[in-house]
Amino acid sequence: MIVADTAPTVASLAAELAALTTRPWTLMEVCGGQTHAIVRWGLDQLLPPGMTLIHGPGCPVCVTPAATIDAALSLAARPEVILCSYGDMLRVPGSGASALDGSDDLLGVRAAGGDVRLLTSPLQALALAREHPQREVVFLAVGFETTAPATALLARQALALGVPNLTLLGAHVRVVPAMEAILADPAVGVQGFLAAGHVCAVTGLAELEALVARRRVPVVVSGFAPQEIMAALVACVRRLEAGEAVVANAYGHVVRHDGNPEARALLEEVFMLVDRPWRGFGRVAGGGLALRTPYDQLDAYRRFALPDPAATPEPATACIAAAVLQGRATPADCPAFGTTCTPERPLGAPMVSSEGACAAWYRYRRR
Amino acid sequence: MTERIRLAHGGGGTLMQRLIEEEFLSLHDDPAGVLHDAAVLSLPPGRVAFTTDGYVVQPLEFPGGDIGRLAVVGTANDLAMAGARPLRLSLAMILEEGLELALLRRIVASLAAAACECGVAIVTGDTKVVEQGKGDGVFLTTSGIGVVESPEPIHPLRIRAGDRLLVSGDLGRHGVAILAARHGLDLQPPLASDCAPLWPAVESLLAAGVQLHCLRDLTRGGLASALHELATAAGLSFLLEEDAIPVAEPVARTCDLLGFDPVHLANEGRFVAVVPPEHLEAARALLEPQGGAVIGRVEAGPAQVRLRTPFGSERLLLPPSGELLPRIC
Repeated sequence: MIVADTAPTVASLAAELAALTTRPWTLMEVCGGQTHAIVRWGLDQLLPPGMTLIHGPGCPVCVTPAATIDAALSLAARPEVILCSYGDMLRVPGSGASALDGSDDLLGVRAAGGDVRLLTSPLQALALAREHPQREVVFLAVGFETTAPATALLARQALALGVPNLTLLGAHVRVVPAMEAILADPAVGVQGFLAAGHVCAVTGLAELEALVARRRVPVVVSGFAPQEIMAALVACVRRLEAGEAVVANAYGHVVRHDGNPEARALLEEVFMLVDRPWRGFGRVAGGGLALRTPYDQLDAYRRFALPDPAATPEPATACIAAAVLQGRATPADCPAFGTTCTPERPLGAPMVSSEGACAAWYRYRRR
Repeated sequence: MTERIRLAHGGGGTLMQRLIEEEFLSLHDDPAGVLHDAAVLSLPPGRVAFTTDGYVVQPLEFPGGDIGRLAVVGTANDLAMAGARPLRLSLAMILEEGLELALLRRIVASLAAAACECGVAIVTGDTKVVEQGKGDGVFLTTSGIGVVESPEPIHPLRIRAGDRLLVSGDLGRHGVAILAARHGLDLQPPLASDCAPLWPAVESLLAAGVQLHCLRDLTRGGLASALHELATAAGLSFLLEEDAIPVAEPVARTCDLLGFDPVHLANEGRFVAVVPPEHLEAARALLEPQGGAVIGRVEAGPAQVRLRTPFGSERLLLPPSGELLPRIC
């Protein structure tokens, strides 16, 4: 396999990390893609003794509020609606039984006759809407700043072309406000971050620099391959050992300081910052993106008069997702892990996406 | 006007008769070309292996194959995994009203070509037509009969600690070809399914005197599911070296992009062989030239499959759960 070629690099980075480390540092990898790679490749087994990696909340599937899933389920049950989204959203459970056959996820609604389609690009929703002018196409738009520009492009084109039967059920979220919320919680104890490289490729580093200035922790922008993650860990521990609170870019071949200005301008044009409840995490100030005028005419909540998910309390559940997403517990600490909660019957969203911490542990660590 | 399957094609009347004569008779091997209620078989001496499988793949045609080829090769391969030479197949078709006849003809031609390639005769069959919306174009079921040529039984319970594990070729091509076709991924260059008969490889192993403790074809669920089932059945621990597992570069790249693991992807022309250590070199010599590799060994210990990463860390190899869905980012 391709990654095998990086084994010598990874080994020397692990040795460098061990030589560098004098104290038991606690770091958080923010992005679910990094969590998956760490568990997939067993990178945590290569760390110096005492060093802890906490799996962060950077899985957009995991933090989408149950009320948003419920809205998608109720729309998908309507005969005129074609509900479309990304693959791993189709398995996320809502807060209870839906109108159609009691199914609690979109795959179940599809099995019961709902028209649920899987997309790999938001612009496919536009094509669907034009192919089916008599139907209502709803795109469940989730993701961080990585997928938000593609949703913004969809909104812009839908408005420019005057497509009347396309709406967006929006749940886009922003990473940096969640990092701020984690640092504000004294129970978590994160001393440094690996930031999500793909998000930074869009947003650039300015917002992270402001965070570091306020909170005095080192942040290293990291890629997703084993040697990139190990290099970022070395860079982060080097800053911690030196007592430097700075933003370092260890993913420089992808991330520029100003990010992708075109994508940022597109986000600016289509979205505004809002407070948003994150599933298992609570309300995150500035943690969401909402359609601004005139794009808000594409808002599915408005078109279908759905309740605002921000106003709906999180359902009570046996799931300890909140503690896992905040790094206060590991998946194995949960009594439901691998017993009543599995990827086939997930109780909480971190068990759904391959980037969720519980699913990653289930996939590679289950005993 | 496009010719299509109608409900009357399944009604048993003259339309049905004509469909069978025009499209299907070419498949049967009765020298007189006469249809009868049951085929009467003369088989070579030996123990008989018997298997059945249903085929519901979408899309019906994909790079490197189609449902017809799959239905013949898949069932013939199941026979080969019991050490049996595939000889005869039955074929039941459930056609959906509205299916284009041109597509059906292509599938039938592909069935016939695959049967020829596998050396099997399709000796009996059945056709039904269901209303539009109640089928997915074509469902096929094939049952197969073969005669066992392996001198010793090939079975999970014959796996011993110390045995070696080999795969017969690189993994995941079929899974990626189907995913790409299903989700409209424009892979450059396009990747073809690995759908191919496995008996020739098994026959060459037997001819070389390789003792085969167990064989398993790597279909749905991929290498991970197959090895998990074998380890569980044998009550033994399997240890794999991840960088020994052959994966073609375009498969690895596509998996990386979509969040899949090649060991979870379906194959239709690959198998895993479990052989005692003294037969390893003979098996390796036959399988390596066709892309195969030694990937690990069997140890005493709890029934599980462990995988050592290229970085020296270890993880469990577990079967995939639920439908494989592309990840969001």
